[in-house]
Amino acid sequence: MSEQAIDVRDLVVRAGGLRAVRGVSFAIPPGGRMGLVGESGSGKTLTALSLMGLLPAGLGATGRILHDGADLLTLSDRRFSNRRGRTLSMIFQDPLSALNPVQRVGEQIASVIRRHTGAGRQAAMAQVVDLAAQMKLPRPEEIVRAYPHQLSGGQQQRLMIAMALSCYPQLIIADEPTTALDVTVQREVLRLLSAAVDERGSALLMITHDLPVVAAMCETVAVMYGGTIVEIGPVAEVFRDPRHPYTRGLLDSQPDIDRIAPDGSSRLESIPGMVPPLHALPKGCAFRPRCAFATELCERMPPLEGGARKAACWHPVSGPRGAAP
Amino acid sequence: MIRYILRRLAFFFGALIVASILIFTMIRVAGGNVAAVVLGKDASAEAIEALVVEYGLDRPLPVQYFDWIGGMLRGDLGQSFRTGESVAGLVVSRLPVSVPLALSGLLLAMLIALPLGIYAARNIGKPSGAAVALFSQIGIAVPVFWAGVLMSLLFGVKLGWLPTGGWIPWSVDPVAAIRSLVLPVVSLSVVLAAILSRYVRTAVLDVMNQDYVRTARAVGMTRTEALIQVGLRNAALPIVTVLGLQVAELIGGTVIIETVFSLPGLARMILANVAAREVIVVQSTVMLIIVFVMVLNLIVDLAYGFLDPRIRTAS
Ligand SMILES: Nc1ncnc2c1ncn2[C@@H]1O[C@H](COP(=O)(O)OP(=O)(O)O)[C@@H](O)[C@H]1O
Ligand code: SF4
Ligand SMILES: [Mg+2]
Repeated sequence: MSEQAIDVRDLVVRAGGLRAVRGVSFAIPPGGRMGLVGESGSGKTLTALSLMGLLPAGLGATGRILHDGADLLTLSDRRFSNRRGRTLSMIFQDPLSALNPVQRVGEQIASVIRRHTGAGRQAAMAQVVDLAAQMKLPRPEEIVRAYPHQLSGGQQQRLMIAMALSCYPQLIIADEPTTALDVTVQREVLRLLSAAVDERGSALLMITHDLPVVAAMCETVAVMYGGTIVEIGPVAEVFRDPRHPYTRGLLDSQPDIDRIAPDGSSRLESIPGMVPPLHALPKGCAFRPRCAFATELCERMPPLEGGARKAACWHPVSGPRGAAP
Repeated sequence: MIRYILRRLAFFFGALIVASILIFTMIRVAGGNVAAVVLGKDASAEAIEALVVEYGLDRPLPVQYFDWIGGMLRGDLGQSFRTGESVAGLVVSRLPVSVPLALSGLLLAMLIALPLGIYAARNIGKPSGAAVALFSQIGIAVPVFWAGVLMSLLFGVKLGWLPTGGWIPWSVDPVAAIRSLVLPVVSLSVVLAAILSRYVRTAVLDVMNQDYVRTARAVGMTRTEALIQVGLRNAALPIVTVLGLQVAELIGGTVIIETVFSLPGLARMILANVAAREVIVVQSTVMLIIVFVMVLNLIVDLAYGFLDPRIRTAS
């Protein structure tokens, strides 16, 4: 089938009569790391939830999602469930709401280990304490006995990471894992996530607004806009020499890390206008209303073309950033 | 948790005091000249005076109030003017009817409402879920009184399966006693279940949309497992709260059902004594029921605190 940790082909997510994700394709090799960036509303979360088979009610995905020898979109809920948390796993944005408020965090993690490995209660709990220690949590034996509300956001997210990684998944998806956290702990949580992913040899799909984080953590980057990938390729090349005007705008407007609003909704200063809502997407290139290079040609959808790096633009820019376009 | 318990207890006792004052003043103000009514038109002034003095009805109201409360606290609920029977005895004699009626009504209502509400939540947007929601809506709109009359007409009069009213004591014939209770219990619980199932449905729907249920799914639980292992435990919190609120509804329904099915329960006893102006009997019995309701509510509140670690672990 596919030798990749995940191989997504022409993924479409429909919400009502509208397409929120409009034909997304990418692959991440085993142990590879891809960053997925783009403004709020560009379809990153829905793409991630499609891979997990956990789209909200009323939304449906089509296309192919190849992983662990199967097309996930064809699996029954029971067979898909058996893979979730075991071969692929996800870390969510807000750890407090993502953890069960009425169960001790240690028991929540232990139940995942028991479910997928068949370990006994005590063996699983011992593993949980080890995981907590790996995540550099102080006094791990005690902390696993806490309820989520008794922990700080950083501690909650570290335990969430421990839970998602407890069964050594082939792929881990992190959807803005530090956006809800205090700025002072964001770096540490990312460092721990990175180390834990490394140790397990898992592939990582890292969704973030933080381009420097992508540069530091990932090998490839995909830029999403209006439900499509507009540029994809090796991080170093894309960031040094972006082809798509939107990518270039993103890079030029990258604010300091502490100026991103908690919901990630910072207005991008060098790109005029806003992301259009789904029902008002323009014909052809979705970026057209905000693009300085737009021509009549752009009323037709530009294909995502290229070799190792691809861009979907009729008039790709070239030359390293900083040089005049 | 300690502070939570103390707050609930303080509220409990505060509410008891307020309720007792309200009951006392309302019954005494509405009661008129009790002795004259009790003894009838032909009673002599002396006889009335004697009764008034015997029961201390001539003393200032606050004194009578504290006398009454003091008696209640010692377990002395007072006695009937006419017969001299103790109120406690009167109440106890009616419990074998009212307690099984109310408790099995509530239990059956829960047994119906929980699966129904969960089913409606899981099948939202499908015809089957809509049908259940419609049943709830109808049940809520139908007064307990009508439910009782309809049940009685259908299963009692038309089909003749069960008695339409009356009561044979447990000691005489337990099977007959149960048969007399079936229609009253079902009527009561169907209406309660309709109301409860709506709350269950809302609670389950709300919980299933929470992030932590998505997390449970993201680590391998099927939809059903996530519902049972994570959803219900969280949905129990709002459901328990509603259950506490339904206790008052339950008592009201019991009064009506006892009347519809001519069951010699507490409610009928109170109504008869209201007509006879037996203020002490009415006052003490109503107070007892209020205490019962409030104790149930207190238990529910404490259960809530215990179920929710956010409250339990708060210092
Ligand atoms: N449950 C939903 N129902 C309908 N539309 C949705 C839903 N969730 C998200 N969308 C829409 O899909 C688009 C992409 O959303 P999302 O994937 O959350 O973007 P991102 O994660 O990049 O911010 C947005 O326009 C959003 O309004
Ligand atoms: S296709 Fe046209 S509108 Fe779209 S980004 Fe390229 S130049 Fe701009
Ligand atoms: Mg998102």
